[in-house]
Amino acid sequence: MTLRNDPAITPELVASHGLKPDEYQKILDLIGREPTYTELGIFSAMWNEHCSYKSSKKWLRTLPTKGPRVIQGPGENAGVVDIGDGQAIVFKMESHNHPSYIEPYQGAATGVGGILRDVFTMGARPVAAMNALRFGDPSHEKTRHLVNGVVAGVGGYGNSFGVPTVGGEVEFDARYNGNNLVNAFAAGLADTDKIFYSKAEGVGLPVVYLGAKTGRDGVGGATMASAEFGDDIEEKRPTVQVGDPFTEKRLLEACLELMGTGAVIAIQDMGAAGLTCSAVEMGAKGDLGIELDLDKVPVRETHMTAYEMMLSESQERMLMVLHPDKEAVARKVFEKWELDFATVGHTTDDLRFRVLWQGDEVANLPIKELGDEAPEYDRPWTEPKAPAALAKSDVPQMDVAEALMALVGGHHCSSRRWVYEQYDTLIQGNTMQRPGGDAGVIRVEGHDTKGLAFTSDVNPRYCEANPYEGGKQAVAEAWRNLTATGAEPLAATDNLNFGNPERPEIMGQFVKAVEGIGDACRALDFPIVSGNVSLYNETNGRGILPTPTIGGVGLLPEWTQSVGIGFVAENQPILLIGGPAERGTHLGQSIYLRDLFGRRDGDAPHVDLAAERRTGDFVRKLIRSGVVTACHDLSDGGLGVALAEMAMAGNIGATVTDVDGNDPVLTFFGEDQGRYLMTVNLDPQGDEIAALWEEAKALGIFAPWIGTTGGTTLTLGAATPLSVAALKVAHESWFPSYMNG
Amino acid sequence: MKAAVIVFPGLNRDRDMIAALTKIGGTKPAVVWHQDADIPDADLIVIPGGFSYGDYLRCGAIAARSPIMDKVRERAARGVKVLGVCNGFQILIEAGLLPGALMRNTSLKFVCREVKLEVVNAETDFTRGYAKGQIIRSPVAHHDGNYFADAETLKRIVGEGRVAFRYAEGTNPNGSLNDIAGVFNEGKNVLGLMPHPENLIEAAHGGDDGRALFASALKQVA
Repeated sequence: MTLRNDPAITPELVASHGLKPDEYQKILDLIGREPTYTELGIFSAMWNEHCSYKSSKKWLRTLPTKGPRVIQGPGENAGVVDIGDGQAIVFKMESHNHPSYIEPYQGAATGVGGILRDVFTMGARPVAAMNALRFGDPSHEKTRHLVNGVVAGVGGYGNSFGVPTVGGEVEFDARYNGNNLVNAFAAGLADTDKIFYSKAEGVGLPVVYLGAKTGRDGVGGATMASAEFGDDIEEKRPTVQVGDPFTEKRLLEACLELMGTGAVIAIQDMGAAGLTCSAVEMGAKGDLGIELDLDKVPVRETHMTAYEMMLSESQERMLMVLHPDKEAVARKVFEKWELDFATVGHTTDDLRFRVLWQGDEVANLPIKELGDEAPEYDRPWTEPKAPAALAKSDVPQMDVAEALMALVGGHHCSSRRWVYEQYDTLIQGNTMQRPGGDAGVIRVEGHDTKGLAFTSDVNPRYCEANPYEGGKQAVAEAWRNLTATGAEPLAATDNLNFGNPERPEIMGQFVKAVEGIGDACRALDFPIVSGNVSLYNETNGRGILPTPTIGGVGLLPEWTQSVGIGFVAENQPILLIGGPAERGTHLGQSIYLRDLFGRRDGDAPHVDLAAERRTGDFVRKLIRSGVVTACHDLSDGGLGVALAEMAMAGNIGATVTDVDGNDPVLTFFGEDQGRYLMTVNLDPQGDEIAALWEEAKALGIFAPWIGTTGGTTLTLGAATPLSVAALKVAHESWFPSYMNG
Repeated sequence: MKAAVIVFPGLNRDRDMIAALTKIGGTKPAVVWHQDADIPDADLIVIPGGFSYGDYLRCGAIAARSPIMDKVRERAARGVKVLGVCNGFQILIEAGLLPGALMRNTSLKFVCREVKLEVVNAETDFTRGYAKGQIIRSPVAHHDGNYFADAETLKRIVGEGRVAFRYAEGTNPNGSLNDIAGVFNEGKNVLGLMPHPENLIEAAHGGDDGRALFASALKQVA
């Protein structure tokens, strides 16, 4: 064969492709010769951390991924879960951290585009999106610019594409100063008998390219995302792709229309590492070879080399294997939507990945070793040191009312309205609960009563202090948020954001967090069906807080039974379900300590998974029985912040008692786990509530009546009453005044 | 009553609009692809919201120049009711069927929230389901909804009762001149508005204030 080698392969060139000397040696051993420049690019694209999961695979395998409702677990474009009546929910969360730091608008926009494509590639129409965003300290010089750009990018793409954003997270911490996190979630609805997969089947079938043309944007993006940042990141801006939501929207409609014709055998979107990754995955999964002729690829620019075409990350592109007799039908659909359609290759039976360009063979590689048999590492890791628990007597004092006002009006607990009002939260007309509550809720089109709930959660402070408990807590909180709407948690997706895995202490965080996630998922029957790993989130050697974001999906048999977080009426009893008799005891790693005293010490709160499940199942049953009028889980800021959020959302005050013998700071700001607040439409002296308490007692669940709704102020025990209106002003002010400042 | 919904590539509230017309009118409207040669016989033609052609040029400018809009113009001239919502409103303005211009929101940001609307003229085929001065709720979701008209045009449309809706109670989300949220053509058979009444038509939406607009246009209100 003729193999062009220009430029020459030097150790520097190999290193600049992110390949370690031993990995390069593996390539030489595998192919028995020096790779071509294009081949080197292909290896770097397939074997980088982002695409190969080489550091994480060993541990990801330990996660529970199966369940009675799971149709497709990890390994495809997205997970698929049965929601009954022949319908399925298809979902995944994926990071776009590195590009969003380099170029916030396009980085975030293409993150949204990528995850939407993952969902509709499987034949599902996207019905909900969420975004978990984490930025540096608000006072850091770049933070405001990044928030502005990322939020505009998320909105710019999602709004134009036409999917409602129903939830998400926004958090600030100095540890994200040099690496913000953009974790995009999307979910789509499909019929269970019309799910499409990436595994190619059949020899000699056409491989068809669809969508936008290939340009030079994003060349080497996946390799960039697999390295730490230094001070030269500005130079990496050309590796960020540019999004075109208009083309994506047409691609969605064209793909769904095409899938309806029965022409599609296999389909794979071109995401990270573009044409290379999609072609190799389709072939490797189907135990087939692929031959591509690059002269047939629709290009946006002239004189593109084979290397550039293979590594381009131009957006809004798809690769399909089609039934040869349906090619004309397929072409017609794509012409209607004015999208490019080109047969660029065919499947073969020799398990080779062959690339032709200008009459030459520029790559000829074994497809299995490139794809599903890529290298895998068991990286050394060290057990994270368990932090010392706070001393019992160590309860820094502050006036409870003042503390609550400061927290509600601070950067961590303040309203995210400034963010979510830039997202279309209502499009499609099915949004039942908008952002601002525990979980977003939509009704399921094509069904009279069914609804779906979505949430995204992780507490990076807890994960840093105690990765195992933090991993458990992230899962438990997602499960809890779904439960608080009345939904049955079905399954989750994980987006694991960590630092450099080559450092044993970072690898230790990863290993323990995954262990915690696995234990919690097993205990709660909440399998992980899809996910993504983002490593090397470090700048100049300093890693981010370990951030394993969990996206959870729950099912409501009747959405009319779901409840929100706002108080709905005066004189309703408020019950605290779950947790210890003191109501609050755990101050370690709390927001109270961090934001009011600048302290990040103590152990993370531990999650008792058996109690979590018992409590949640009880709460869900109560909600579905119709006695619950509002429900909210307790998280950052504890009981005090949760009560304030319920009062503000409902514009109704409440009076809540102290606990005899417990420090009010612990009662109101402790972050003990597994707790919910609810209001019920029951007479607090009546038989029905007595029966509720009997049941709770029998289950070993603490469920005290702690106060009553009503009035215009929120009174926490002996503390000065706070006007709900004043709380709202503080809560709504922080974000807009920060962004305007 | 027959309704037809025109769809351009990039529109994305077409499904919401079709659902609203079907639920309120009882029958599914005809769906007209922009490349179709003609619009089927209809008493109400609707251009829904979204981002036609990505709105990469001035919003609605490309769709307004497509051949199907000549058919819309012909029908409008014959008195057929035409409703444009959000991007549909932008397209009708760009097509010269409605006066004024829609500029970028003063915040320079996309805004999705609920606003209050005052029904300014309740004596048209679109608004007779409401009372004059009635305050209704409606969601908005747009980036370019800041209505502007020169002083003379403004004076004329106000004087001729061609302001359909105004943002009320300080809820103007985009800086629109005189709080204008929706306007009629001279014959009052063409209405354009930025808010999305189609997203507030049933209990599941948390209210049905938008319903009367469609019920009126579909002649369910006498």
